[in-house]
Amino acid sequence: MIMPAGWEAVIGLEVHCQLSTQSKIFSGSAIAYGAEPNTQASPIDLGMPGMLPVLNVDAVKKAVTFGLSVSAKIAARSVFARKHYFYPDLPKGYQISQYELPIVYEGLLDIELDDGSVKRIGITRAHLEEDAGKSVHEGFQKSSGIDLNRAGTPLIEIVSEPDLRTAQEAVAYLKKLHQLVVYLGICDGNMQEGSFRCDANVSVRKIGAPKFGTRTETKNVNSFRYVEKAIEYEIERQIEVIEAGGSIRQETRLFNPDTGETKAMRSKEDANDYRYFPDPDLLPVVCTDEYIDAIRASLPELPEAKRARFVTAFGLSDYDAKTLTSSRELAAYYEAVVAASGAEPKLCANWVATDLLGALNKMSKGIEESPISAEAFAALLKRIADKTINGKIAKDVFEAMVAGEGTADEIIQAKGLVQVTDESAIIAAIDDVIAKNPQQVADYRAGRDKLYGFFVGQAMKATQGKANPDALNRLLKERLAG
Amino acid sequence: MHKHSIAELAAGLRDKKFSSRELTEAYLKRIAAHDGALNSYVTVTPERALAQADAADAVIAAGNAGPLTGIPLGQKDIFCTKGVRTACGSKMLDKFIAPYDATIVEKLDAAGMVMLGKLNMDEFAMGSSNETSFYGPVKNPWDPTRVPGGSSGGSVACVAAGLAPIATATDTGGSIRQPAALTNLTGIKPTYGRVSRYGMIAFASSLDQAGVVARSAEDAAYVMQAMSGFDPKDSTSVDRPVDDLVSGLGQSIKGLTIGLPKEYFADGMAAGVRARVEQAIAELTKLGVNFREISLPNSPLSVPTYYVVAPAEASSNLARFDGVRYGHRAEGAKSLEELYKRSRGEGFGTEVQRRIMVGTYVLSHGYYDAYYLQAQKVRRLIYDDFKRAYADGIDLILGPTTTDVAFKFGQNSDDPVAMYLNDIYTIAANLAGIPAMSLPCGLVDGLPTGFQLMGNFFAEARMLNVAHQYQQVTDFHTQWPTEYAS
Repeated sequence: MIMPAGWEAVIGLEVHCQLSTQSKIFSGSAIAYGAEPNTQASPIDLGMPGMLPVLNVDAVKKAVTFGLSVSAKIAARSVFARKHYFYPDLPKGYQISQYELPIVYEGLLDIELDDGSVKRIGITRAHLEEDAGKSVHEGFQKSSGIDLNRAGTPLIEIVSEPDLRTAQEAVAYLKKLHQLVVYLGICDGNMQEGSFRCDANVSVRKIGAPKFGTRTETKNVNSFRYVEKAIEYEIERQIEVIEAGGSIRQETRLFNPDTGETKAMRSKEDANDYRYFPDPDLLPVVCTDEYIDAIRASLPELPEAKRARFVTAFGLSDYDAKTLTSSRELAAYYEAVVAASGAEPKLCANWVATDLLGALNKMSKGIEESPISAEAFAALLKRIADKTINGKIAKDVFEAMVAGEGTADEIIQAKGLVQVTDESAIIAAIDDVIAKNPQQVADYRAGRDKLYGFFVGQAMKATQGKANPDALNRLLKERLAG
Repeated sequence: MHKHSIAELAAGLRDKKFSSRELTEAYLKRIAAHDGALNSYVTVTPERALAQADAADAVIAAGNAGPLTGIPLGQKDIFCTKGVRTACGSKMLDKFIAPYDATIVEKLDAAGMVMLGKLNMDEFAMGSSNETSFYGPVKNPWDPTRVPGGSSGGSVACVAAGLAPIATATDTGGSIRQPAALTNLTGIKPTYGRVSRYGMIAFASSLDQAGVVARSAEDAAYVMQAMSGFDPKDSTSVDRPVDDLVSGLGQSIKGLTIGLPKEYFADGMAAGVRARVEQAIAELTKLGVNFREISLPNSPLSVPTYYVVAPAEASSNLARFDGVRYGHRAEGAKSLEELYKRSRGEGFGTEVQRRIMVGTYVLSHGYYDAYYLQAQKVRRLIYDDFKRAYADGIDLILGPTTTDVAFKFGQNSDDPVAMYLNDIYTIAANLAGIPAMSLPCGLVDGLPTGFQLMGNFFAEARMLNVAHQYQQVTDFHTQWPTEYAS
């Protein structure tokens, strides 16, 4: 999309991130995805009379972990509030959330733009709350079903400042946030299952206008691509409306992935009065300095720090470092390979980033599902490093490993792929090639240097590719020189 | 048998003068004979009771009896009981059977007590006369034309008439103390957080507290001992050991200082009640208690503060009754909105609807600051009044429980404000969270009246001891309504 001249968009995102705790935020029910409806719903989750919430401290810890990772302030005292509205998937008639006093506030996240520049995005707040259940419309006649398995799943709602200006920036922010929460181990990041959901607040204004335009909120856009499309659609729509002399209504809109359009859902006038007030069933959440410091001390290395370290410690390019730190699992895999193989970190990076990721990609698998463990992969690279096999043979061994034919050493043994370093054998092969190709030898010696590659190929072929490439080159040059 | 104290019943059971089954059967017989007139029980549970009695008899026979083993009680129908309907005085829950027990039900079952049944109450504990119950009003055993008070009307009527030796109750703004005063009983509301609220259907979460109504402070102490304590299932329950309430009863109260808040003794109290309360002060003086006038300057603000805070919380707590998962569901609704409106319109009575409306209003955008937030600020001032008094050397505070004796049915039912003023002396304790109790101080024209003691936080033991010492030298609490004396 090309932004019409003179216009700019103002975008803020609200991200709902399900915390990967063992149990719900206010009850002991499990939160596994995909269970039979209502099998993970206790009387507390059902909002039965007399039931009371008890806060899951792990959810608090995960929220604080997030806050610290975005350099935010952690509230010494935060308060749960009730947000009221009637809906069948909201059992108590209110959602327990945080309102005036969220647990995390005033954070920031640096995003990288396409031109390589870095933009700092403010994070207004992140508050703890419970998820609602789900209404099920399929398979019912003239009625709807309610599945309360999800009701009470812990969430943090992460609210950005309206610092984003394009759909691409919004996606960069979202991807960065996604990578971060997965890195921190506080969210599984599964967008299809709704573990990471996004609402986009979008407005447009003439560049230089002192105030923001009226914004719309587009709900539940649940893939990076849809976020980009929804925001672009909304920007274009709003500019069109204003340019045609109309004005934007403050409203909630719904994105339709099939059409790529957003549609008005409800206007501000029909919005609920949520009647927030502090939940009298729960005490304020108190985070002492000691508690916060202990969580800070246990924070994992964050993606940016890891990326910088990969550049300095392993001598990798920034590009490779970025690829290899894109997930915590991949980075750990790479580091394990380097440590166990003793091979050049750069060589390891090429193999992991190109060959392994390429193969996994073909299988649609993530690094955590890799059929080759880091140790097994290291064993292959070790054989390159110690010159048992050359790089070309290693590719074949790797293919065989992916196919499940055994360990690197087993495959090398079974297929007799050990590199030929015995110079007399290589010389014999070279001499054989020279003897069989007198014309080419004559041409080469007459100055057709290009034929050198032909001799390398023939000699390699004669050793079934096992000749040590350095030795072969040296000896071939000697023999061809006559 | 129905006049025995808890300690006498325990001794009788231990000495095999009677079995728990015999005791239980005797009470069931009295209920059958008298409750038609009183309407104190909403549900009688003879099978469950006799099974518990037999289990208790086995424990007694094995020599493992505790102080409450085999002793019957009534449970206010606000406490969820697994497998037994818990209706909370409402049509909304007329068919509701909880799949869990309230913590206090669990605790009293574990103590070996025998539940006779579930007791009538104002709908969702909202009322001061028991006239708002879906199951009809409870009659005052002292005069069937008069209310027993509320919301724990069933609890007091059944104990006052000897249809249970003791009963559980709850107190959000006086719902234990006011009915206890109107039926000549001893009723205690402990410190907020002392007794678990788990499984107790919420009216106003920050004010609700469970307690008992009994025929003496000593009886109350036995059951409070078993009910109290930290519960990890209630975040507002306090993790602090429970004092020994029973063995604390024998102490001298000489030299204690009791404060008399001048605001509680201003106009508004009926002359007969005032005379009785003053007589109680005289009795305690004879026991060596020092009295000092104090001021709780913000106490006149208690009623308006309460009638913002309590409805606000109620409107929220009652939002779950939507006809979707349990409770009353309107037939034939054509849309979701209609289902909500009709289920709630049909399921809730007038007083409950009134409070939901008020509560919704005070929490609404644009009104929250002026009402709810303001009320919370005043609540803090009321709390500070008590803090100051106790910091100033006051051990307990004494005042009237009610302005007058029990009123007639219908007398206040068209005037909600007049009805709300019934709670004028009792509400402050809920707003502050302090323990308070009411105990009998004699009859006025044949009708009971009581006075109130208010203690410092977690000072239940001291409060019960003063009440017990007073009951050692007075016999008001031993008087029975004529019709139920024999």
